[in-house]
Amino acid sequence: MEIEKGIERLNDQQVEEFVQKNIILTSLDAVFNWARGRSLWPLSSGLACCAIEMMATGASRFDMARFGYEVFRPSPRQADVVIVAGTLTWKMAPAMKRVYEQMAEPKWVIAMGACACTGGPFNESYAVVPGVDKILPVDVYIPGCPPRPEALLDGMLKLKEKIQDPSKARVKHG
Amino acid sequence: MVKFLLDEFEPAQLSNLLGQEVAIAGEGVSRALIVTPEQLIATMEALVTKLGFDYLGDLTSVDRGAEGLEVVYHLYSLTNQREIRVKAKVDAETATVPTVTTIWPGADWFEREVYDLMGISFAGHPNMTRLLLPEDFEGHPLRKSYKLQKRV
Ligand code: SF4
Repeated sequence: MEIEKGIERLNDQQVEEFVQKNIILTSLDAVFNWARGRSLWPLSSGLACCAIEMMATGASRFDMARFGYEVFRPSPRQADVVIVAGTLTWKMAPAMKRVYEQMAEPKWVIAMGACACTGGPFNESYAVVPGVDKILPVDVYIPGCPPRPEALLDGMLKLKEKIQDPSKARVKHG
Repeated sequence: MVKFLLDEFEPAQLSNLLGQEVAIAGEGVSRALIVTPEQLIATMEALVTKLGFDYLGDLTSVDRGAEGLEVVYHLYSLTNQREIRVKAKVDAETATVPTVTTIWPGADWFEREVYDLMGISFAGHPNMTRLLLPEDFEGHPLRKSYKLQKRV
């Protein structure tokens, strides 16, 4: 009853202010994306040396948990983002693709390191996929051999931006 | 310090012991017993039974270009603590040697790897399929004649 009385005493302008301070109008998508971008669960998918940097990023010194990204999942069913950390060989490619397909939507892919971006030092090899974008739709590319943990964190934050505002990064998936 | 059996025997002495006309070639660590694919199994069996080479350390291969292919066996005797290297020479067209999985079962994956990358078949092998490369891969990439090509 107290509150009702209070509202009765507000004039129009005060009511507007009151509403603006206490009610947020948004689309459901925007809320979900806001949450998704802040709590990405990566799949633990280390393929080569880059995986060591990925582990370092998760450990205490660089502390991925600051951003809400520390929950590395061993199962694709529980993961939002796959960080392809390392060299993808043609032998491994069907397994990687399958794991990606097992992830629930929405899902994202980060290509970590020169190998995942382009094949890196093994670009011309008979055994190595020259860039994971040949088999998966990549959202963020992180160059380096290997990229430092800061670079991976930066990549994850770029992905966060992209998730929250998809218009920010319009890339053609191929 | 590893001791090499070939440093301790004369070629004639060894041929006598193995009951095979074998040659020895190379210097230092690449000194090896040279055999033909036909002699291989008998030589290996003699090495196991007469000289105690009970352990196959490695099995690999070399493409010598015009001189053909070589399958290289690194043997070790756990009882006598001696090492020996055996090379079977085979030409690139036939590219077939008998399997040694009958003597050392551990040769299984070594031989599959050699088959996969060098294209040498091992007659009598229980499962002569690719080991490292995808099943639909064409060619044998460690051959000197292999041309690198784009897959995508
Ligand atoms: S980019 Fe460099 S560090 Fe990363 S997996 Fe490839 S070779 Fe290893």
